[in-house]
Amino acid sequence: MPAVPTSWSGSDLTSPVRRFAGSLICLERIDELKSIHEADGQIFIGSCVSHTKLMENLLIQKNFPLLIQAVKVLGSPPIRNMGTIGGNICTASPAGDTLPPLHTLGAIVEIRSIDSNRLVPLKGFIKGPGKTALQKSEIVYGVWINTNQDYNVCHYEKVGQRKALAIAIASFAALLKLSESGIIEKALFAWGSVAPVIVTSQEAEKMLIGKPLTAESLKSVVPLVEKAVSPIDDVRASAEYRRMVAGNLLFRLLQYGNHGST
Amino acid sequence: MKIFFVLNDTHTIIDVDPDRRVVDILREDLQLTGTKEGCGSGECGACSILVDGESRLSCLMLAAQLEGKRVITVEGLSVGENMHPVQEAFVEHGAVQCGFCTPGMVMATVDLLNRNAEPTRSEIREAISGNLCRCTGYQKIVDAVEVAAKAMKNEELRMMGKDR
Ligand SMILES: Cc1cc2nc3c(=O)[nH]c(=O)nc-3n(C[C@H](O)[C@H](O)[C@H](O)COP(=O)(O)OP(=O)(O)OC[C@H]3O[C@@H](n4cnc5c(N)ncnc54)[C@H](O)[C@@H]3O)c2cc1C
Ligand code: FES
Ligand code: FES
Repeated sequence: MPAVPTSWSGSDLTSPVRRFAGSLICLERIDELKSIHEADGQIFIGSCVSHTKLMENLLIQKNFPLLIQAVKVLGSPPIRNMGTIGGNICTASPAGDTLPPLHTLGAIVEIRSIDSNRLVPLKGFIKGPGKTALQKSEIVYGVWINTNQDYNVCHYEKVGQRKALAIAIASFAALLKLSESGIIEKALFAWGSVAPVIVTSQEAEKMLIGKPLTAESLKSVVPLVEKAVSPIDDVRASAEYRRMVAGNLLFRLLQYGNHGST
Repeated sequence: MKIFFVLNDTHTIIDVDPDRRVVDILREDLQLTGTKEGCGSGECGACSILVDGESRLSCLMLAAQLEGKRVITVEGLSVGENMHPVQEAFVEHGAVQCGFCTPGMVMATVDLLNRNAEPTRSEIREAISGNLCRCTGYQKIVDAVEVAAKAMKNEELRMMGKDR
């Protein structure tokens, strides 16, 4: 019989489940999948850690405030009590709120089956909407993130139709290292909901290095962002609107600059 | 499949298909119709229950997940004829109109006040952000939650013999 593993809150799964004829394997009571711990300069987040537990965890608060910002706007309180990081990753939705932050943080997905164990960068793990690198009888065990993240500004923002329970029209995660005088020394960006998978733009990131954090600098990379995205029209927004929003979200970073906007 | 759990402080055994939804078990098998089904897809909060003290959506939960859990539904809040202070505040302060969202709102509020005895208005709004109400416009619900928080605090002080 086919089996579908699930960390299960079932928040994505339960509607289709009523039409689903195979077996379900519930992972939610496996303690090691609910663990968050530090080892060798990395933090492990088990796939069954709920969004609420992630938000409350001190290690995560201290090391990855970007991830906290994203999970805070995911769904609603009960959805965050039930939904898990593993479920968010495996759903592989372009709108998944943990995905842009996990991309910029360089998360590595640990995949396990009864007799194997492999590590895949998140970028390679997600193949398309709803498509992942998981093979039959494999589960996501958890994700690993390096703690030596070299940045002093982080920003996550989702543009939705309402505040709670909003699926992203576009979302944006950014990590910046700013010098004391406000020069960008490092930049990492990821956009959600503006393409079949999470979008990154190394071109834009590189081009900003050495520049001051000003509207002018950000404006110079907007065309690169608009080129990198490939949004669709759907019930929530038009492709054109999404493309524009993806570029404009960059300007939110101005609030972190020493000099404000120019 | 036999499932053992504690429902509203009573040890309960049910024999059901493990993939039945908890909302259906509560409403159809156990006749606990206080828990409502609005959307059946996690978006309205009408089906909220407390599982091990945390609010969960019974429309997104399957029977097997109940095993060994402590579940409280809206029926489990009152003691005899006495309503829970949250229910009382909702009734007194116009937070109930058609009443369909009320059980879910009340459960979300109980969850909030267990974690945060003195929430601000914005914390209240955040805590009930997964619960939709078509009638009240939310203001009166937020008012009622504030009143409930104060009432519960006073009750606690009274119990500690520090009545003001
Ligand atoms: C009303 C509502 C609002 C929502 N709002 C948001 C939102 O704002 N932002 C957002 O990003 N998401 C949102 N979601 C989607 C969902 O809640 C999240 O993606 C959640 O993280 C899914 O986790 P889960 O544990 O519930 O996964 P499930 O629903 O249990 O599983 C999802 C899929 O992943 C597979 N899976 C789960 N865990 C594993 C594992 N460890 N190994 C292998 N496969 C696995 C399952 O087989 C299934 O195919 C919302 C959902 C609902 C119902
Ligand atoms: S019925 Fe469960 S959230 Fe609407
Ligand atoms: S009172 Fe009618 S839906 Fe809230």
